[in-house]
Amino acid sequence: MRSTIAPRISLIIYLLALMLPVYWLINLSLRTNADIMSGMALWPHHPTLAKYRAIFADPTWVHAFGVSLSYVAINTVISVSVALPAAYAFNRYRFVGDKHLFFWLFTNLMAPSAVFALPFFNLFYAVGLFDTVWAVALAHCLFNVPLAVWILEGFVGGVPREIDETAAIDGYSFPRFFLRLFLPLIANGIGVTAFFCFMFSWVEQLLATTLTSSNALPFAAVMTRSYSASGMDWSLLAAAGVLTMVPGAVVIWFVRNHIAKGFALGRV
Amino acid sequence: MTTITLDGIAHAYTRHPRSDRDYALRPLHHVWEQGMAYALLGPSGCGKTTLLNIISGLIIPSEGRLLFGERDVTRLPTEQRNIAQVFQFPVIYDTMTVAENLAFPLRNRKMAKPAIAARVAEIAAMLELTPDLNRRARGLTADAKQKISLGRGLVRSDVSAVLFDEPLTVIDPALKWELRSKLKAVHRALDLLMIYVTHDQTEALTFADRVVVMNEGQAVQIGTPEELFERPDHTFVGYFIGSPGMNFLPAAVDGQYARVGGSRILLGASYPALTDAVRIGVRPDFVTLTAGNGPKVQVRRVDDFGRKRLAHVTLDGLALVATVPDSMDGIGTETGVTFDPAHVLVYQNEIRVEGTPA
Amino acid sequence: MMDKPWNNKAWFFILPVLVLVLFSSVLPVMTVVNYSLQDSMGVNNFFWNGDAWFRDLLDPGTEIGARFADALLRTFAFSFAALAVEIPLGIAIALCLPRRGWAVGISLVITALPMLIPWNVVGTMWQIFARQDIGLFGAALTGIGLPYNVTQDSVSAWVTIVVIDVWHWTPLVILLSYAGLRAIPDAYYQAARIDGASRWAVFVNIELPKLQKVLVIAVLLRFMQTFMIYTEPVVVTGGGPGSATTFLSIDLVKIAIGQVDVGSAAAMSLVYYIIILTACWIFFTVMTQLERRGDS
Repeated sequence: MRSTIAPRISLIIYLLALMLPVYWLINLSLRTNADIMSGMALWPHHPTLAKYRAIFADPTWVHAFGVSLSYVAINTVISVSVALPAAYAFNRYRFVGDKHLFFWLFTNLMAPSAVFALPFFNLFYAVGLFDTVWAVALAHCLFNVPLAVWILEGFVGGVPREIDETAAIDGYSFPRFFLRLFLPLIANGIGVTAFFCFMFSWVEQLLATTLTSSNALPFAAVMTRSYSASGMDWSLLAAAGVLTMVPGAVVIWFVRNHIAKGFALGRV
Repeated sequence: MTTITLDGIAHAYTRHPRSDRDYALRPLHHVWEQGMAYALLGPSGCGKTTLLNIISGLIIPSEGRLLFGERDVTRLPTEQRNIAQVFQFPVIYDTMTVAENLAFPLRNRKMAKPAIAARVAEIAAMLELTPDLNRRARGLTADAKQKISLGRGLVRSDVSAVLFDEPLTVIDPALKWELRSKLKAVHRALDLLMIYVTHDQTEALTFADRVVVMNEGQAVQIGTPEELFERPDHTFVGYFIGSPGMNFLPAAVDGQYARVGGSRILLGASYPALTDAVRIGVRPDFVTLTAGNGPKVQVRRVDDFGRKRLAHVTLDGLALVATVPDSMDGIGTETGVTFDPAHVLVYQNEIRVEGTPA
Repeated sequence: MMDKPWNNKAWFFILPVLVLVLFSSVLPVMTVVNYSLQDSMGVNNFFWNGDAWFRDLLDPGTEIGARFADALLRTFAFSFAALAVEIPLGIAIALCLPRRGWAVGISLVITALPMLIPWNVVGTMWQIFARQDIGLFGAALTGIGLPYNVTQDSVSAWVTIVVIDVWHWTPLVILLSYAGLRAIPDAYYQAARIDGASRWAVFVNIELPKLQKVLVIAVLLRFMQTFMIYTEPVVVTGGGPGSATTFLSIDLVKIAIGQVDVGSAAAMSLVYYIIILTACWIFFTVMTQLERRGDS
């Protein structure tokens, strides 16, 4: 057996380094501003949850948190449900323009938000969706729909085509086959795809802040504004930052064994 | 050039095995001899792969010692054991040519370049890989890839044993026979100890000088293909070897006769009176339908294999497979059978009982 | 792959995606094309300007051209620096991850966590972390006597942005490489041991070739993402000091929204987009080639 000690130690060092900035944020969030400014402390000597309480007591923060979760949820539902039939079609059939279309979808996945910020602003302003959760949810479809199609296509490919044929022979109508037999078979894939849609919608901020002003401002954007407005409330900023990590940390646990496949766009 | 000795080798994947069931491999004593070809034959989960992994050094056995010649290698890492192994799926180094693949073990052992080239050429010629030497290994067929895997083992002049782990699994059926013949030819040419794991009895019986039949972590019989066929030591061997397997009929045995249902069957040897968990075993080849003499049987079905015909019959309600003689046609629903006494064996608690010559 | 049946009705399955993407992608791109060919004299007063914006943009002699060339060069330099660290580091850590046991789940979740933090929070987190007065990173670097200052010193700013990106996105390379490594059958490692291969030889001759496909994905995803980097530098350095960390996206948003110079911004967007499309196309071609080779 080869030695496994060196890799273990390297891994632990890496993971600790990875967690250090996060730890620091938590550390600051548990201290008062006066305490923070009075000097460095590797851990909070007088930990307080005051800033968390302040955030939960403030309707602006709570509203913003709800806004963030709503557009993320709407986007995830839209992306996954439109991508499912498309992923099936790309995997199972050949049709006019299939390869070009698939490639074109892929380029959208790589579309730089900065290029789209201004036209989106004009577009949503014109149709009256500006500063609503729908604007952000639809804008995020730009990259999440192609992403969902690509990941799901990989998972659909994992289901043998014989299943489709057997179902047809057994007299299943297509919609019934698709909903009752096929979807349960790729349940894992749907979960992973939903996770990725959630994640990319949750972390994207350029479009989310450009398309909202006050009513539908995302949580992370409220954080940035409060930072400029109230000067240097480091402790509050840190506490809000910590809260933005919670949803991601919760959902990631459920897909931990499949994340790599998702990041490889279903291609591993 | 050595023998391999298993001295009470056993393995359990749990820390403190309590009963036989906890063992993946139950204690085994055996000496594998230089120059012989052995097959480890058994159904999946019977412990044959565990045994192979113990020999190759992937698993350290929980009990016993493993000797290569006089040397105790039980705890020696794989790379120091001088063994070669061919796996179920071809393992080749994708980025290398065939020649580089073959040279790889020698390069790792810091052999001089001209010596490597000479040795690679020699082995390639033996395996008929010479025309492909400068091709990328990735593009070749599965059987060529398996030959490369074997070749990587054979280039080393210090190899004491070659292990095969179901090497023909992914080979095209048409090429299986050819590759196996090649293996036998290599075996004869190099005088090596070869151990071949398989669940396919035809592969095992045609390849090996000695077959180790394994079941539930136990080596139930070790013998030549003829011994396994003619005198299975265990009912499992009777079932597993031969197609269809041996017939087993519950019986009461006393002296030279066995009583099955209402019939009396003559045995080739004399036995003490046995009644508890006793069965007689006889291969279909040694049970023959007759026109009428012998115990009466009901004919259920006759299968025609061209070279021979086999009848599925019942003797007092007990299922039995018998050979239909070439001369016989127009088989009725009821007829007689005869048993060849020399090939009727007696089993008690699944183990063969040795009789005294009559 | 070849025995897929022809069925043009499959288009109906694609239709919802198509409608949505037409709305969220084609319409905006057309708007951009439209802007790029016009000049505006105030709100809603556009006139045809032909390819003038593009000629200016691609001529380093003009002010906007020089600015664009600088930002482009800076962005490429940043992509190169980030990839040069992330790819080797990602592979190395993937090799260290346990293959089985209880530690797998925890290690993977911790590894992936940075990618689940909103990008401006990543920026804020590092902005705090890099400060000399209240940040551990900044204080530590200053403490050992390095002239570290994100807002004043362009080297510090650059190093910080690269470190942030490495922190944020090496996990992607790790996860991809890990998935690739796990797909290698044990028999390969066993055969290598029998052949007497060193650890390095195993890496070069088995692991690296088998990782080829996932590494193509990793390199290109990382190239795209670094090429589009916006939020983190905006929060941490604001593109400064001076314009030391003003990457293409940042410059684009500055011009489009800050200076309301829609024409230049649109022309810039298109050139930027075309670079990305080209990279996408190369990626796509390489990947389908690898897939085809894997199938045969």
